[in-house]
Amino acid sequence: MGKKIVIPHITRIEGHGKVSIHLNDAGEVTSTQFHVTQVRGFEKFVEGRPYYEMPSITARICGICPISHLLASVKACDAIMAVRIPKTAEMLRELLHCAQIVQSHALSFFHLSSPDLLLGMDSDPRKRNIVGILEKHPDLARDGIALRKFGQLAIERMAGERVHPSWTVPGGVNAPLTSDSRDAILSEINIAKSIIRRAIKLFVSIIDRFEAEIESFGNEPTMYAGLVSASGDLRLYDGILRFRDPAAGGTIADVEDPLDYANYIGEGVLPHSYLKAPYFKPRGFPEGNYRVGPLARLNVAERCGTPEADEELAEYRQRLGRDVQSSFFYHYARLIEAMYGVERMEQLLNHPKILDTHVRARADVNALEGAGIAEAPRGVLIHHYKVNESGAMTWANLIIATGHNNLAMNRAVDQVAKRFVKGERIEEGMLNRVQAVVRAFDPCLSCSTHALGQTPLVIELYGPDGEALDRVSTDCD
Amino acid sequence: MDSKITIRIDGELVKTDRGASIFEAAKANGKHIPGLCNMKGLKPVGACRLCMVEVAGVNRLLPSCTTPAQEGMSVTIRSARLDAYRKQALELLLSERNHVCAVCVSNGHCELQSLATALGVTNVRYGYRYPKLGVDLSHPRYVLDHNRCILCTRCVRVCAEVEGAHVWDIAGRGIHSMLTCEMNRTWGASRNCTSCGKCVQVCPTGALAEKGFAVEEMIKRTASVERLTAVRGGGR
Repeated sequence: MGKKIVIPHITRIEGHGKVSIHLNDAGEVTSTQFHVTQVRGFEKFVEGRPYYEMPSITARICGICPISHLLASVKACDAIMAVRIPKTAEMLRELLHCAQIVQSHALSFFHLSSPDLLLGMDSDPRKRNIVGILEKHPDLARDGIALRKFGQLAIERMAGERVHPSWTVPGGVNAPLTSDSRDAILSEINIAKSIIRRAIKLFVSIIDRFEAEIESFGNEPTMYAGLVSASGDLRLYDGILRFRDPAAGGTIADVEDPLDYANYIGEGVLPHSYLKAPYFKPRGFPEGNYRVGPLARLNVAERCGTPEADEELAEYRQRLGRDVQSSFFYHYARLIEAMYGVERMEQLLNHPKILDTHVRARADVNALEGAGIAEAPRGVLIHHYKVNESGAMTWANLIIATGHNNLAMNRAVDQVAKRFVKGERIEEGMLNRVQAVVRAFDPCLSCSTHALGQTPLVIELYGPDGEALDRVSTDCD
Repeated sequence: MDSKITIRIDGELVKTDRGASIFEAAKANGKHIPGLCNMKGLKPVGACRLCMVEVAGVNRLLPSCTTPAQEGMSVTIRSARLDAYRKQALELLLSERNHVCAVCVSNGHCELQSLATALGVTNVRYGYRYPKLGVDLSHPRYVLDHNRCILCTRCVRVCAEVEGAHVWDIAGRGIHSMLTCEMNRTWGASRNCTSCGKCVQVCPTGALAEKGFAVEEMIKRTASVERLTAVRGGGR
């Protein structure tokens, strides 16, 4: 008789998730499912609201990356107003975005994933958290906290608030940057850089401990998607949405007009999850499986476009190849991107026009449809709105970064479970690896279903007749 | 007859103009009574029930904006009982419609919000009604969001009494009362609206706002409408 394991709460991720693992009579994994268990209904309840309220409403989808939602949303609103926003406003939005990428990447690496990496996948789960890191590696914990603070403080200095600021508005931003804020942020740039340098050095030094994980952490060929500039540089705020398939020799599609996304991205539905499963339309479902996020962005881009990040990228590619396949390296890519974020902030803050006071364009409804695409820390984020002549929302579609990775995460969970989970009794360390692979993607499940959640994930073990045999819920069942 | 009268407010003797309401008498003597519907220059209606006061010898509360001050009257404007009633009235206002400050154009500049803060409304003890109400975006410059309306009727009065257009009215009864434009036209289809924007400026919440303002950006210019009414001699 076979079995089913359920991990009811995945811990150290954002939102709620659950994994089911089905075993056969011999105790071997036959299939797995990654479930996301909430629905929030943003796309429906915004109907009838004025389009210019969308940034503040959709920012509430997430408390970690509200800036990404704000930016995708204001870009969709810019498209509805059919305006080209002032150059300085564009730079300020990008600056804000980079600060958010840095703080979110710091949270993912230091607070959520470093316990697995430094304390070990099989270490005592009661200590395997940021507090355990504080005990064993206090300098690293302090670095993590300092880097996140750098990003959050920069956001506060620009936008007035760290979470859900109202600074970015349709048409630009609502106030110019002050020279005091610029100088304050600039004064902390070097500290942020040195923290990231240390983290990269540390990560590189522990890679060899994780051979088995590297081999099985979502290590399957997929396509990749991310924003790039016309010359192929990494872009986070705005750019061309590029799809790359290493198996097909490189770029397979470039989406220049955000509204064209629907010709390339279809949205599949998985019966066991509220999280939709976007796929690359020309390849069909589920063959059109692609990944987004730091790993995908570095695969899609030719280069970062800032000196130190490019040096790190060169070393990354020397170690791992031009296209990096194992999702374990999301962590590595995330750190290189954090470096890019800090360097890009420095470039923007030193731009002669950054303090310009013309930062907002005003207009009424000039187009009945608009889409905005930005790179959230977790990957491509798409907001697509339709309005009537008066500007009332009639329809909305939001495709969230974590959603793009849904198919890949399902496959990765399957791969890890088949490699590490065996037998009737579940060892905690086995299941922690299943959770760790989910963590590598840094998913935001509350965003992706636009669902509210506290944390964790559940794993359940089921027999072939559907009988639940074991259940592990790490700490808040 | 003497044009001044003397009344007692919270035990203190004060002089005020004959014919003034208790609300005006208190204000003239530097004493604050909270309120959301009353506004200088517009006829008082006693709609919001937040300016209720205790009058000695009367065993029910009276709205201070519509109750004239009378010689020898003794009024209590601050007491634990009044605080409790005012808090309750405010909680009922908040539970009645969909007041979501976080995404409101008036967040941070809203009279309803400030008063709730001042009265210490940290939670609402009644079930929210979550009514499904519309947003009228048909006017080219302004927007009416029924979700945020508290039916104070300042807009109704300023339009009728000051602008002389009388675009707004209240339709329905009780809990079904709704602000309505010219016998149920959309605002954009109004024949009388001069687009002067006075209704928007006197609205204490984000119910009436200028279009295109993002969250927290709508700051009402109530004082300029009050000055205008003084010049034109509207209300009293």
